[in-house]
Amino acid sequence: MAVMSYNDADAGMRSDEVPVSPGVTRRRPNWGRIFAWAALLAILAATLFPFWWVLRTGLSHNHALASQAGSLLPADFTLGAFRRVLGLSTVAEAQAQGGSGASLNFWGYLRNSVVVCTIITVGQVFFSAMAAYAFARLRWPGRETMFLLFLLALMIPPIFTFLPNFVLIKQLGLLNTYAGIVAPFLFMTPFAVFFLRQFFLGISREVEEAAMIDGAGHFRIFARIILPMSAAPLATLSILTYILAWNEYLWPLMVGSGEDVRVLTVALGLFRQQEPAGGAPDWAGLMAGTFLAAVPVIVLFLIFGRRIVNSIQFSGLK
Amino acid sequence: MSYQAAAARSSGRRARPPRRQLGVALMFVAPALFGFVAFHLWPAIQGLYLSFTDWNVLSPAQFIGLDNYARLLQDPLFWNSLAVTAEYVAINIGLQTALALGLAVLLHRLTQSMVVRGIILLPYMIPNVVVALVGFWMLDYQLGIGNQVLVWLGLDRIPFFGSEFWAIPTIAGLNIWRHLGYTALLIFAGLQTIPKDLYEAGAIDGASEWRMFWRITLPLLRPVLALVLVLTVIGSFQIFDTIAVTTEGGPVNATRVIYFYIFERAFDQFDFGYAAAMSVVLMLILSGITLLQLRMLRAGESDLS
Repeated sequence: MAVMSYNDADAGMRSDEVPVSPGVTRRRPNWGRIFAWAALLAILAATLFPFWWVLRTGLSHNHALASQAGSLLPADFTLGAFRRVLGLSTVAEAQAQGGSGASLNFWGYLRNSVVVCTIITVGQVFFSAMAAYAFARLRWPGRETMFLLFLLALMIPPIFTFLPNFVLIKQLGLLNTYAGIVAPFLFMTPFAVFFLRQFFLGISREVEEAAMIDGAGHFRIFARIILPMSAAPLATLSILTYILAWNEYLWPLMVGSGEDVRVLTVALGLFRQQEPAGGAPDWAGLMAGTFLAAVPVIVLFLIFGRRIVNSIQFSGLK
Repeated sequence: MSYQAAAARSSGRRARPPRRQLGVALMFVAPALFGFVAFHLWPAIQGLYLSFTDWNVLSPAQFIGLDNYARLLQDPLFWNSLAVTAEYVAINIGLQTALALGLAVLLHRLTQSMVVRGIILLPYMIPNVVVALVGFWMLDYQLGIGNQVLVWLGLDRIPFFGSEFWAIPTIAGLNIWRHLGYTALLIFAGLQTIPKDLYEAGAIDGASEWRMFWRITLPLLRPVLALVLVLTVIGSFQIFDTIAVTTEGGPVNATRVIYFYIFERAFDQFDFGYAAAMSVVLMLILSGITLLQLRMLRAGESDLS
C-alpha cells in the first residue's frame, strides 16, 4: 500500500531536492503528494498512538476502564496507579483501586537496571576497545586467526550458548547476583570488537609514531591518543550497548529473578503474572509501571537521538 | 592501507618485529579473550557435547549418542514448533520488509527531517517485554482499544491472543510495530547512496516514477535489502520475550515457537540434553539461511558496479 503511493508521487519531485514547506511549493500540489504525506502521517500516528494509550491508561482508574474503554482521555483521571507503582500508597488503597496489593518496588528494580546496564556498558566497551586496539594497531602472530574466531562467534545464536552459560553461572554460585547477570556481556561482544576495530584502523599512523618517539608505551598511546580520538564511535557504541542491556529479558530472568537483583524488564513480566486472583488485571498499574520503565530509555533517546539514528543508518551501509 | 605502508616501513628501519608486540597484544586482548572462551567458545563446544547426552542437571550427564536427535525426529511438538516459527517468520519478514521499503521511500521523497526519523525509531527503544504488555492491553478481548474500534466499525470482536488463527499474526504485528522504523532507516540509508543522476537520466528519457522504482531503485537497493533480510530473519527466529509474556505457547500449541519450546524443555522440564540437541538443529538452520543469504548478498553486489 505504501509502495503504491510512491507511484502517485509527484513525478517532478526528485530525490535531490530539499523539500520545501507546503506554503511555498513551486509546483501546484497534486494528489500523489497528498496521498504520500497522508500515508507517512498515518504511520507516524500508528507509531505514537500506543505511547499515548499507555500514559492514558496509567492515568485512569481501573473501575472506570470498562465503562470508558474507547475514551481517548484518561477514564476517571487519577494518579493512583503511578502512586501504587512507586510504592506511595498503602496496600489497602492499592487494592481499593483494583491492584493486587503486591508492590512493584519500582525504585529498587530501577536501581538494579541502572547498576547492571552501567557495569555491562563500561566493561564491554572498554575491554572490547582494548581488544580492538590489539587487532587494529599491533602486529603479532595469530592476530588474523583470532579475529576470524571472534567473527565466527557472531554466527552462534544466543540460545546455543545460553544453556551451558546458565549451568556455568549456577555452578559458580552466581545465581541471583549482579556478577552472574553481567558476566556473559562484561568482557566483549564480537560485534563491539568488530565495530571499534573499523574505527581504529582509520586512525593515522603518524600520530602514534610521534608519541612513540616521545617515549610513550602502548598503554599510554591507547589511553591518551586512540581513545580520545575515537570519542564519537565509543559514545555511539556505549549508547547502543546500554539500550540493548536495558531491554534484555531472557538472561536476567533466568539468572537474576531474585528480588534483590531483579531488573525492570523481569519485574514487569513477573508483575503481570501477579494479577489479583479472580478479578480483572490491574491494567492501570501495569501501564503506569510500563510507562515508567520506558521513560529512562526514551530520555536517553531524546538526548542522543541524532547520534543513534545516524549510527543505525551507518550500520546499514557496512 | 596505511597499516601496510607502515608495516613495510617498519620492516625496513624500525626495529620492532611482530614478536616484540606479542606480549603487549596479549595483554590487550586478555579480557576479551577470556570472555570469548568462557562465554562463547567453551559453551558452544559444551552445548554440542550436551546434545549427545541425557542430562537433567541433578545426576551427571550420560552419553547416549544420537538418541536425542532420533527422538527429536519423532516429536510432533518439535515439528509443530518449527512450523509455527516458519509461519511467524514469513508474516514478520514479508510485511515488515514491504512496509519498511514503502516507509523508506516515503521518507526519501518527502522529508529528510531528523524529527520524523527519530519518531519512527522510537518503538525500537522500547523493551520487547513492554511492547508485549502494551499489546496485551490494547488488544484485550473486552477492554482493549483494538476490539473497541472493531465494535465501532460494526465488526465482531477478535480474541487476538486467544485464537489459534490470530495469535501468531498478532505477535508478528507487535514486532513489526517495534522494528518497522529500524528496518526503514537501514533501507533509507541505502536509498541515499543511489546516484541522483540516474533518476535525472530516467526523467529525461520520460520514465514514470513507477518505472524508475522498479528499474533503478529496487535493483540498486538489492544489497541493502539482502542485508536487511539477514538481520531480520535471524532476529525473528529468536522470538521469545513477546511469547513468554503474552501467550506462553498457547492457545494449545499455536505459538509454541522453537525458541520458547527449547526454553521450556530446559528450564521447566530440566531436559537439558534434548534442549541442547534442538538448539544445535536451530543453529544449523540459521547457518544454512545465513550462507544462502550471503550468496544473495554477493549476487547483488555486481549491480552496483
